[in-house]
Amino acid sequence: MPELDYRQKAWSAALIVLFFVAWELFCLISGMSDLVLPRPSQVFVTLVEKFPILWPHILQTLATTMIGFVLGVGLGVVLGAVIGVSKTAYDTAYPLLVGFSSIPKVAVVPIFVLWFGSGSVPAVLTALSICFFPIVVNIATGLATTEPELEDVLKALGASKFDILWNVGLPRTMPFFFASLKVAISYAFVGAVLSETVASNRGIGNVMMTASSNFNVPLVFAGLFVLAGLGVALYVIFSVIEGRVTGWATRKNDMIAT
Amino acid sequence: MMRMQPDSEFQGTPVSGSAAPIAIELSEASVTFGRGARAVPALSTTSLRIADGEFVALVGPSGCGKSTILRLVSGLVQPTSGVVIVGGREVAARALRVGMAFQNPTMLPWMSIERNIMLPLKIVEPFRSQFRKLRKTEFRDKANALLEQVGLKGFGNRYPWQLSGGMLQRANLCRALIHEPRMLLLDEPFGALDQFTREELWSILQDLWIAHKPTVLLVTHDLREAAFLGSRICVMSARPGRILDDSRVDFARPRTVAMTFEPDFVALNQKLRAFIVDARTASARGAA
Repeated sequence: MPELDYRQKAWSAALIVLFFVAWELFCLISGMSDLVLPRPSQVFVTLVEKFPILWPHILQTLATTMIGFVLGVGLGVVLGAVIGVSKTAYDTAYPLLVGFSSIPKVAVVPIFVLWFGSGSVPAVLTALSICFFPIVVNIATGLATTEPELEDVLKALGASKFDILWNVGLPRTMPFFFASLKVAISYAFVGAVLSETVASNRGIGNVMMTASSNFNVPLVFAGLFVLAGLGVALYVIFSVIEGRVTGWATRKNDMIAT
Repeated sequence: MMRMQPDSEFQGTPVSGSAAPIAIELSEASVTFGRGARAVPALSTTSLRIADGEFVALVGPSGCGKSTILRLVSGLVQPTSGVVIVGGREVAARALRVGMAFQNPTMLPWMSIERNIMLPLKIVEPFRSQFRKLRKTEFRDKANALLEQVGLKGFGNRYPWQLSGGMLQRANLCRALIHEPRMLLLDEPFGALDQFTREELWSILQDLWIAHKPTVLLVTHDLREAAFLGSRICVMSARPGRILDDSRVDFARPRTVAMTFEPDFVALNQKLRAFIVDARTASARGAA
């Protein structure tokens, strides 16, 4: 339904514009100081003016995020595959994983800093440790829900475990996997910025910390806008890939994985 | 107990009154799941011989081990005692390549119907090594030829969600037959379909059997289905199952749905029904 789609998109755009207009008006009418809440127009001006300074930090944050994300996905896929294929591994490892994922990652950053010093390494590790869990869970679930009848049909044909994993298990896991990638990329981003905020001298998180200690509030908000923009961009990229690879799943309403 | 016949897979002692070689033989086979105090007997000592090309229907009360026999023959379950010989060799999974179909058609939603049907060709030699080369030509034609036989001509490039339950079950039969198995194992394949679709599929399965002549072992709850399709019907007792009655069905083929209302057919149904009712009451008495 393309017509409905366009209308939907128009409404989304209108809502975003409305949000910024309301914010701008609120600041103007209430006479709010820009030390507390700068107007969005000020933030945009700062963003444009300071962009040459921000750019290397954006690259830094993107780099740590992507490295952490890629490593996290790798680890998540391997762990998820092991846990999903073997019932014993699933039952054994699950409590540990849940326990690990329940630890607030802010609490882990100082440990990483203690081990590796401040800088990029703790940022990458924080991104990794925060983003691998949704991948593990989704891969494991996708693999564990393969229909037993189909497995019997294939085993009776003499299929090896690998044949079944390759032809049935992995493709069936793809919608779960891509849904989890969207979540994981946002998580990795949060993790990298978090670590930069606590212990780094580069990256958007660090820029925001420095700016806020100098009471350069518009720059703090400019940093927030950059983060939001990057977050949306990464999410969109993975949504598009997801749509391309696993379109079959969304056409069937009962298979939508979130 | 290994039967040594390297040259011919399907040679064996003929069943009395039939010259066809034996395809499946269970001798004194039993299956128990679990061990010790938790052991659950699924199949008590059972002997059964099925000749090559026979169509055998297995009926019995639910949970009586019918499916266990299928799983024994397909090599998915090993006998706790006794021997299972299929195609002249003792059963070891990996070696059999039988076609199987269950009540749930389990078509993969990301593949078109013809690619779903071709899935066994990706697994089984000699097709496996030629799959990349022939999947767009010979193998696809093979899949579509089968689809035509079950009345699904032109549905090959549809996706599973575009087909009804009855159509999916026909595709399921095609998938079970694509690699030309000598043996077809069916576990209540039509159990989830409505009466009319089911009767339609009986005729289709009969036609497929007449055309390809595989040895068929069909597990079913439906006595009319057993009598319509089977050349031979085995009635099983309640769990742990054993075979109570083993009789031939000599109605002429191809059989029609109209024949199922004729007196001979109804009488056969009643006979089978009596066996199962007895088996159920016996097991109820045993449990009490």
